[in-house]
Order: sequence, then structure tokens, then C-alpha cells
Amino acid sequence: MGAQLRVYKRRIRSVTATKKITKAMEMIAASRVVKAQRKVAASTPYATELTRAVTAVGTGSNTKHPLTTQAETVTRSAVLLLTSDRGLAGAFNSNAIKVAEQLTERLEAEGKEVDTYIVGRRGLAHYNFRERKVVESWAGFTDEPTYADAKKVAGPLIEAIETETAEGGVDELHIVFTEFVSMMTQTALDDRLLPLSLEEVAKEAAPKGEILPLYDFEPSAEDVLDALLPRYVESRIYNALLQSAASKHAATRRAMKSATDNAGELITTLSRLANAARQAEITQEISEIVGGSAALADATAGSDR
Amino acid sequence: MAAELHVALVAADREVWSGEATLVVARTTSGDIGVMPGHQPLLGVLESGPVTIRTSEGGTVVAAVHGGFISFADDKLSLLAEIAELSDEIDVQRVERELERAKAEGDAAAERRADVRLRAAATS
Repeated sequence: MGAQLRVYKRRIRSVTATKKITKAMEMIAASRVVKAQRKVAASTPYATELTRAVTAVGTGSNTKHPLTTQAETVTRSAVLLLTSDRGLAGAFNSNAIKVAEQLTERLEAEGKEVDTYIVGRRGLAHYNFRERKVVESWAGFTDEPTYADAKKVAGPLIEAIETETAEGGVDELHIVFTEFVSMMTQTALDDRLLPLSLEEVAKEAAPKGEILPLYDFEPSAEDVLDALLPRYVESRIYNALLQSAASKHAATRRAMKSATDNAGELITTLSRLANAARQAEITQEISEIVGGSAALADATAGSDR
Repeated sequence: MAAELHVALVAADREVWSGEATLVVARTTSGDIGVMPGHQPLLGVLESGPVTIRTSEGGTVVAAVHGGFISFADDKLSLLAEIAELSDEIDVQRVERELERAKAEGDAAAERRADVRLRAAATS
């Protein structure tokens, strides 16, 4: 076998192996998307009921709470960025990071300090590489987040917002995550989580102008709100984590699908080249034989005379 | 029929139980509360404790609930809990081990959680 042909054969073998791997990764991601979507759906009843309850207390009483009151001058904001632990998901992480950076820029232009909190190794690596300050980061659960993980993330954030600004607390909490719109579309977006605007929450809970009943609070409206709001934040973060996970798997699936397609194309091109190389080799061999025998025939014809 | 209320017991990551019931007893921070159809709209904070649901078919469902809320309006009752387990889902032996460990470590919260689970499992 000629050297050229051998090189082609080797490349075809290696691309075939890569294709098998990407194909497997695509199928794994596809099954995980479904699972992640199911988890999003399973967490919905809790989120809906909680939103209803928050609206009920928020609108049914004149309670003031640090989590709902807008500070007059916002000096420091927290940004929570949700990325994934692993890459191979196309532009999934870079899109989320881009949105977070735009948000940070906007907040800084408004004269606010920005504290960054990060979930996921990818986002953290991005910030560390650029030597930017990260207040706190979490990793290791982005593929399948549980409610306990959401609690772990929400804890320091709620604490930061309850602390006075002068003592290092924050006045606002923004979250950047990737919304799972459909299998094909996932959009990175930012959302202000705190302080809660009760009007918006109310719109979400009762879109048809449904009037909420007057509730009896047990033990008191303040206590209920105290207990309710952190749970609400946790559940929002949980939902964002789940959506991010679903989006990540969908992005992986898409990236791996195009990788598989590209590998297939590459194999076709390479096998055509290999065929041409083999054919050229055969042609050369034949012409060598023909040329050789013709030369021999010529030589014997000469000696005969 | 007015003598029924629709109950939804939801944990953070799943719906644990839902159905029709005639009476629900839960433990709020200010004491046990029983809710029957036609109760005044209510929103309360739950403590770790058992929740007893008497279903319309006459059965009883007991669940261990840790932290959460009870909200009731228009004969619809929702019990929101971070963690909720039905009594027949509770693995008694595992919880007993947890209880011992919590006692050994002096973790009062974990001890209480395990205790609630055990009591819920015992009533069914």
C-alpha cells in the first residue's frame, strides 16, 4: 500500500471513532433533556402555589420586608450567573457569560458595584482566567440540580440581601440563566429576582384579573412573609437551575449532532480521496508493467536481428 | 358537594399527593390546625410535623412534612413543603439509623426531623 493511501486510511479510522463517540454523546444528551424537562414540569406546582401565596400576602397586607422594599439608592448589586460544569455544548456557556457581562457593564454604568456569584465550573474558569473577583461559586451539580443545591446557592444570597449595604450587603439580586424555550431554542437572559416587585408577581399568578381572597394569616402576616420570601427565592433559583440544565443538555445534543454530521461528511470526502489515491497507484503500477514489457519486447526484437 | 376540599400536597420537586378530602390536620408554628370544607381563607407557616388527611373515601393519609406552608381558599387546600414524604414511603429502619446518628452528633434539627418521620410512619 502506498504511503498516501495509508495516511488516508488512518484518518478515516480516527474520524470514524470520533463519530461513534459524538453519536453516543448526542443520544445521552437527548435522553437527559427529556429527564430535565420532566423535572422542570414536576417543580411547577410548587412554584405556582408559592407564587400565589406570595401574592396573597404581598397584596393582602401592608407588610414591609427587606426582600420586597426597593432601596432608595442602590449601591451594590449581586449577579448570579448559571453556567454548566462541562463544555461541549456549543455556545451555551459563552452566551450566558456574554449576557452576564452585558448586565454587569450596564449596572456599573449606573454607578453600582457588582458582586458576582457563579454556578458551574465553566463560568468560574472564565472569570478566574480574567482574574475577576467572584464572591462565591458552586459546582458539581449543574447536570442534575436538586432542591438542596438550590437552597445551598440561595442561602448566601438571601443573607447578603438582608445585610445592610454599609456592612457589605447587596441591594439587588440579578440572575442570569438560560431559558429552555424548546428543544431547538434556548435563550440566555437576565432577570431581577430581588427586590421582588409584587405587581409583577401578581400578574404572573393571576393573569385573568382573578381577585385573591382575604387570607387569615397564621401566626401573622409578617411571620408568613418572613418564611415565605426566602422559599420563593429558593424556588425561583431551583427553577432557573433546572431550566439551565435542560438547556445545557439540549445545546449538547445539538452540538454533538452537528459534530456527528460533520464527521460523516469528512469520512465521505476522505474515502473519495483514498479511492482516488488507490486508483492512481494501480494506474501507475499498470503503466510501469506495460512500459517495462514494451521495453523488454523492444530489446529482444533488436537482439534477434 | 360542599363537604369536600381539594388537597394538593406538593414538595419542591414533585407533587406528593392530591385528591379530595374532608379534613386536614397540620401543625403550624402556633399549633395544630384542622381545616374542613368552608374554612376561612388561611395562610400559615408549617412546622416539621405530621400532616393527616382524611380522604373522602374514608381513608387516612399521613405524611411527614418539613418546613413549608398551608394555604386554603375556595375549598382548595395546598400544602407546600420543601420535603414531604407519605408515611408508606418512609423507610423506618433508615430513619432509626438517622435518629441514632443525630442523637450521637447532638444535631437537634436532624433529630426532630427523624422523630417526625418515625411518628408519621407509626400512625399508618
